[in-house]
Amino acid sequence: MTTATTVQPAPAASPISFRQKPSRAKLIERIFFWIFRCGTYFIVLCSSFIFLTIAYKGGQTVFQTSFPFLNMEFLTESPQTLHVFEYEGQKYEMSDQDFRAFREERGVDISTTTYAHSGGGIWPCIVGTVMLVIGSMAIALTLGVLSAIFLSEYSRPGRVLNAVRLSILNLAGVPSIVFGIFGVGMFVLAFGWGTSLMAGWFTLAFMVLPIVISASEESLRAIPQGLREASLALGASKWTAIRTNVLPYAMPGILTSSIIGVARVAGETAPIMFTAAFAIRDQLPWEGLDRWYDFFFEGVMALPYHIYVVSAKIPQNEYTERMQYGTAFVFLFIVASIALASILLRIRMRSKYRW
Amino acid sequence: MSLVADKITLNRPKQSTDSMDSDSSEQARPLIRVSDFDFFYGDKQALFDVNMEMMENEVTAFIGPSGCGKSTLLRCINRMNDLVDVARIGRGTIEVSGANIYDPQVDTIELRKRVGMVFQKSNPFPKSIYENVVYGLRIQGINRKSTLDEAVERCLKGAALWEEVRDRLDTSGLSLSGGQQQRLCIARALAVEPDILLMDEPCSALDPVATAKVEELIHSLKDNYTIVIVTHNMQQAARVSDRTAFFYLGKLIEMGQTEQIFMSPNNEQTEAYISGRFG
Repeated sequence: MTTATTVQPAPAASPISFRQKPSRAKLIERIFFWIFRCGTYFIVLCSSFIFLTIAYKGGQTVFQTSFPFLNMEFLTESPQTLHVFEYEGQKYEMSDQDFRAFREERGVDISTTTYAHSGGGIWPCIVGTVMLVIGSMAIALTLGVLSAIFLSEYSRPGRVLNAVRLSILNLAGVPSIVFGIFGVGMFVLAFGWGTSLMAGWFTLAFMVLPIVISASEESLRAIPQGLREASLALGASKWTAIRTNVLPYAMPGILTSSIIGVARVAGETAPIMFTAAFAIRDQLPWEGLDRWYDFFFEGVMALPYHIYVVSAKIPQNEYTERMQYGTAFVFLFIVASIALASILLRIRMRSKYRW
Repeated sequence: MSLVADKITLNRPKQSTDSMDSDSSEQARPLIRVSDFDFFYGDKQALFDVNMEMMENEVTAFIGPSGCGKSTLLRCINRMNDLVDVARIGRGTIEVSGANIYDPQVDTIELRKRVGMVFQKSNPFPKSIYENVVYGLRIQGINRKSTLDEAVERCLKGAALWEEVRDRLDTSGLSLSGGQQQRLCIARALAVEPDILLMDEPCSALDPVATAKVEELIHSLKDNYTIVIVTHNMQQAARVSDRTAFFYLGKLIEMGQTEQIFMSPNNEQTEAYISGRFG
């Protein structure tokens, strides 16, 4: 009898309610949730504003309504002076090259208003940026992978190694302008290379070296120790083991991380403005060379520096704005393509090697 | 090149001499001799005054609780411990075929070609089965297709894996099951024609069926190779080995014929361990 009473389902009398009640903790929770959310949205808002502005204004320069829909003049010609003039009641805007032809044809002298750098296109800048990127990455990858192999495979842990690692890490925090000045002192002046592709390559390479080294080291360390041991146990020398069974599997990681470096190299202005970039150069890098190796000792035009020049070094007007946004748009497009390529490469490589 | 090819195709001489009877009662000669061996990891001594001999064409099993130094000693026999930065030898020598392998003149590459190793965790290269087996030959510069083909078949047969993989030699070694991977690692070790095979708990990650296959394989390999196996599994030691060495806290406690160790151990620690009272 007594047991029956104690077993009575007590909760039924006062059911526990799981319904929400207002509380201080909940209010704070809500507030913070919104703070975090707003913070994130604010960043998204800012970046979309930047990208959309560049895409909208730059798109007006790069694209056109008639065939071939791309402004080929902008993409394939050198920057030129823009001539704005009236001729027989019509208003014309012409790049220097076109204007000369026009004048020749008509056989008349026309007075014009000229705007520096506002006509023509950015082809030499695209070429120069691509060359700077290829060359500096080749140098950075070679030096970076070599030193990463030494650091992760050969060197013995200890104070010296820690000091080396620390200095490499610190190198990553050095402002790019310092690299630029270093490049001037070292390559342009001391080595006597002048403002040249070579000087730019090495300056940029030194700047991305920390990224390449740490990425390579990490990729090398991610390779299971068992593969090294198995190779050595089969009579491989250390280098053979690394060459055949460590480096090939680390390569995807090294390459993908290095492509982040590429984006950085492509975008830097400070290191190249004193070492490699010209505000204007009539000839493409491979034109007008006396000897083949002069190629390496001539300066180039580059997209980021061109943006700087057209937006800060020349008188501003409605015509320069078109060049600024057009250049920025093309530049963003190139960097985005490189980033996309790195993502695709990573996906491909990851599916290829698995252990 | 032809010389190397001949070396591979020829029967191993010792196979003909004692393949008929590999009983341990037959007078065996020591191939590996460890003398007064002290070994350190940094300040920590891992092996204390180890003295032992491992006989040619026999299976020697190292047993003992974890951390007793059996794997350490095994890895000293082909100098894999060289990879450990803090490892150093305090005293003593290890001789393989009468030569001190810790002599400064010794080429570890030549040593490791003669003393192969199979690891606890199967570690096939992320390459095809074929390339896994011929790796040891390729790094010696042997690239002739016929030589390699022949070595692949011989080694995979030797590792009792041929029938299972003969149709898919170009698939990745990692696509195999755990037991097959371990046998692939054995095949890979056989390709460089070692005299000695060191096995560091080769079955610890395998299921009973795969374990049985590897044990069977060890039995058949005994005719041609001298095998040293580290195992946590005492039944396994009893099943596969001719001699057993019991290690405890870095010391070799007792070594002898396997039956003797398991049936009538002289040392009471050995008896306590094999009867499962500790470890």
